Amino acid sequence: MALGVWQWIDTRFPTLGAEWRKHASEYYAPKNLNLWYDFGALAGLVLIIQILSGIFLTMNYKPDASLAFGSVEYIMRDVPGGWIIRYVHSTGASAFFIVVYLHMFRALLYGSHKQPRELVWIFGVLIYLTLMGEAFFGYLLPWGQMSYWGAQVIVNLFGTIPFIGPDLALWIRGDYVISDATLNRFFALHVIAFPLVLLGLVVAHILALHDVGSNNPDGVDIKKFKDANGHPQDGIPFHPYYTVKDLAVAVVFLAIFCFIMFFVPEMGGYFLEANNFNPADPLKTPPHIAPVWYFTPYYSILRAVPPLFHSQFPGVLAMGIAVLILFFLPWLDRSPVKSIRYRGGLYKTWLAAFVIVFFVLGYLGTEPTTVWGQFRDPWDLLDTKDVATWVARLCSIVYFLFFFLMPWYSARDKVKPVPERVVWHA
Amino acid sequence: MNEQEKVDKTRRNLVVATSVVGGAASVGAAVPFVASMWPSERARAAGAPVDVDVSRIPPGELAVIEWRGKPVWVLRRTKEMIESLKAVEPRLSDPQSKASEQPKYAQNEYRSASPELLVLVGVCTHLGCSPQEKPADAKAEMGADWLGGFYCPCHGSKFDFAGRVFKGSPAPLNLVVPPYTVVSETKVVIGEDEKTKGA
Repeated sequence: MALGVWQWIDTRFPTLGAEWRKHASEYYAPKNLNLWYDFGALAGLVLIIQILSGIFLTMNYKPDASLAFGSVEYIMRDVPGGWIIRYVHSTGASAFFIVVYLHMFRALLYGSHKQPRELVWIFGVLIYLTLMGEAFFGYLLPWGQMSYWGAQVIVNLFGTIPFIGPDLALWIRGDYVISDATLNRFFALHVIAFPLVLLGLVVAHILALHDVGSNNPDGVDIKKFKDANGHPQDGIPFHPYYTVKDLAVAVVFLAIFCFIMFFVPEMGGYFLEANNFNPADPLKTPPHIAPVWYFTPYYSILRAVPPLFHSQFPGVLAMGIAVLILFFLPWLDRSPVKSIRYRGGLYKTWLAAFVIVFFVLGYLGTEPTTVWGQFRDPWDLLDTKDVATWVARLCSIVYFLFFFLMPWYSARDKVKPVPERVVWHA
Repeated sequence: MNEQEKVDKTRRNLVVATSVVGGAASVGAAVPFVASMWPSERARAAGAPVDVDVSRIPPGELAVIEWRGKPVWVLRRTKEMIESLKAVEPRLSDPQSKASEQPKYAQNEYRSASPELLVLVGVCTHLGCSPQEKPADAKAEMGADWLGGFYCPCHGSKFDFAGRVFKGSPAPLNLVVPPYTVVSETKVVIGEDEKTKGA
C-alpha cells in the first residue's frame, strides 16, 4: 500500500526521490566524522526551533514603541505557554551562536575551509554575518534598556564611516534617534527579510558542500578510492548512518537546551541581561552596558582601539576587519595539509593563542574597562591606566596576527605525512 | 561549426538589450523602497525648542531635559566645578574645543555662554550612549586624580564638567553644546539662538 503510494508520487514528481538520494541516502560522507561534525546539523535544528518559536511569538508581539515592552511581558505572564515560547526563542539565540562558533572552530581544526571548499566556507561566513544582523534586530524588539542602547551603539557604528556615515545611520534608524520607526523596521527585517536570506544561504551552503563532498578529521579526499559501485571506499551513506548519529547528538543537545530554558533561562545575565527587564529610556543609559556574550569579543576590540585624528572610526574599522577577515581564511591558510592531525607546532600554537584571546576578549567585553583595576602612577604617560584595556589591546593584536601572519606560519610549519586513506580508530 | 550552431547576432543583441533595460528598470523600482526608509515627514517635523526654568535646578545638580528625543543636560555649576576645569586641562584631548561642535558663544574654556550655566547634549560623541555624572568624590571608582565630570558606561569615555573629553577615552570629541538662549535669570530656551532664528 505504502509502496503503491510512493510509486504514484514518484512517477509524477521524480525530483523528490532523486533529491533524497542525492543528498541523503546516496550522499557518501566520510566514515570517520567525529562529534565536531554534528554542529552543522545542530545549527540547522536551532534554525528550525527559532523559526517555529518566532512565528508563535509574532502572534502576540506588538512592534510599536509604546506597546512592545508590554506585549513581551504579556507573552511572559498572560499568554498560555507564552513564557516557554519566549524562553525557547531567547535560549535559541545563544544556542545558535554556540553551535555556530563550534562549527566554525571545527573548520579551523580540520581545514574545512581549504580547497576545494572555499565557497562552502564563504557561504558559511555570510550565514554568520546574517545571523549577527538577525540577532541584533531581534534584540531591539523587547524594547528594554539594553535593546535600546545596544541598538543606539550599533547603529552609530555605521555613523562613524567617513563621509556617508551620518546619513547612513539616519537612513537605518528612519529618525534622528532610535524610535518607533526603527523598532518597526527592525521587526520587518527580523521576521521576514533576514530569515529568508538566511534560508537561502543555508541551502547554498549545503548544496555547495554536497557538490564537493564533506571534509573529515584526516583531511583526505575519500573520492580517490572507490569500490566496484563507484562509491568511495571510506564513505558511508549520510542516511541512515549520519541521520541517526545526528539524531542521537540532538537528543543530548536538546536535554542541555531544555535544562537552560527551564532552570537558567537568563544564564546569569549572559543570555538575557537584567537591564532589559526595564523599559527603554532614551534619556538614561544604564550604568553598565555590554552586548550579549556572542558579540563581546568584537566589542572588546572596538573598545580597545584609541581614537585617531579626532575620529572613532579606527576602532569601528578594526572591529569590522576582525569579522570580515574570516572571508579570506581559505587564502591566508597556505598549509599543504588540512587537518590539525598532520599540522606542525606553529599552527597549533597560533590556534591555541587565538582561542585563548577570543575567550579573554569575550570575557572583557562583558565587564567594564575598570574590571582589573588601574596601573600605578609611573604609567601616567599612557593614554589610559585601565589594566583591562591594555590586556584587550594585547589580545586584539594576537587576534589579528593569527590571521595576518597565517600565510607565513602555515606555509613554514613542519607538517607530518598525510595518509592516503582515512585512519579509522574503531 | 555548422550553420545551426552559429550565434544569431541580432537575437543575441536583443537578449542583451532586453536584459539591460529590464535590469535598469529593476534598479529604478528600488528607489521608492530605499526612500521609504528615510525619516518620515512626521519625524522631520518634530523638534521644537524647549523652555527650561533654571531657577528650579539646585546648584551642582544635573537636570535632564528631552529635546528632539535626546537628553539635554542643564547644570548650574558650583564654584568647585568651575575651578576643576582649569586643573584638568593638561589631561584633555581638545581643551580649546577646536575640533568639537558648539555654537560660537560656547567655544570657550567653560563651553557655555556664562560660566555657571552648562547646557550639553548628553550623548557621548563615541557611539551615542548617555554618560553619567560622576562627582569629585567618586575617586574610588574613577581614580585618585578624578575631579568630577561625566563617565560613559558603554565604552568608558570620561569628560570634565564642561563636557570636554579626557585623553585615553574612545570618544574623539567633546560633548556637543546645542543652540540655546538665556532669556532671563530663570528661563533658558534649548534649541533656539540668534543663528537658528535667522535661518
